[in-house]
Amino acid sequence: MVRITLNGDSRVLERRMTIAELLADLEIDSRRVAVERNYIVVKRDAYGSTHIENGDQIEIVNFVGGG
Amino acid sequence: MDKLVIAGREFTSRLLIGTGKYPSHQVMQAAHDASGAAVVTVAVRRVNISDRSKESLLDYIDPKRYFLLPNTAACYTAEDAIRTARLAREVGLSHWVKLEVIGDEKTLFPDNEALLEATRVLVKEGFVVLPYTNDDPVMCRKLEDAGAAAVMPLGAPIGSGLGIQNPNNIRIIKEQAGVPVIVDAGVGTASDATVAMELGADAVLMNTAIALAQDPVSMARAMKLGVEAGRLAFLAGRIPRKSYATASSPAGGTIAAGVRA
Repeated sequence: MVRITLNGDSRVLERRMTIAELLADLEIDSRRVAVERNYIVVKRDAYGSTHIENGDQIEIVNFVGGG
Repeated sequence: MDKLVIAGREFTSRLLIGTGKYPSHQVMQAAHDASGAAVVTVAVRRVNISDRSKESLLDYIDPKRYFLLPNTAACYTAEDAIRTARLAREVGLSHWVKLEVIGDEKTLFPDNEALLEATRVLVKEGFVVLPYTNDDPVMCRKLEDAGAAAVMPLGAPIGSGLGIQNPNNIRIIKEQAGVPVIVDAGVGTASDATVAMELGADAVLMNTAIALAQDPVSMARAMKLGVEAGRLAFLAGRIPRKSYATASSPAGGTIAAGVRA
């Protein structure tokens, strides 16, 4: 099990996975979001090779209405 | 109208508008269309993990027609604003950012010290930085010196609709600026946008004045016309103000002239 903080909430992943696998599990279209792992932006082409480790802080953001 | 140029990029409109607070995505889309805007701002927020059903804002913004300008709204530290700008770059694949570092919850006035720091960092990282700041000529000059691609002084507090509170400062900011001046925030109605443009501003950025108008689509068109009117009037060169009247019609030759002697 991998314990992480995802968008400010604690979450347990059943198995070790990559950013790409996490986005797929959450049914999030990777083309419209950005991901930060431990305060560092993960480039889109690195989602498949970036593994999520125990204790990671993951942020997944998108664009919303604003001024 | 003459084109707005920021960081070497041309825009067909001098009105920049937001995407927040509209009654619906459809109304927003119609208002964007009516405004003639070429740039629309967006905010960066956490994806709702538990509810993925909501429609995406991006389904209602044609990226071929509108240039997306992400903001760092609601960031209260330079660090948060910098992180948000980096994330925005990854979502939008553009290195432009409307930089906000807020210093006070009630007024939403900027924390200029942190804003300057964040500007320096992001410029060094290759961002085109458009900072939202006070109507303070000294601060605007510091931001320009730090590499800002434009300066965006507020007309009045965000969402207040009070209009341009310090017209003289906006004029001074424009006179000394070597980068475009975009009046950002505080506009309430079309005449406010006109005043900003008449003072010499290169553009006006607004959200609430359109989104929360009773008829956002009509207000968007009014703002488009207000901005155009103000720009034309500025370029035309207004007459000097005088305290007393100067007749528009000839003084002589009236039918009363004969009996005057």
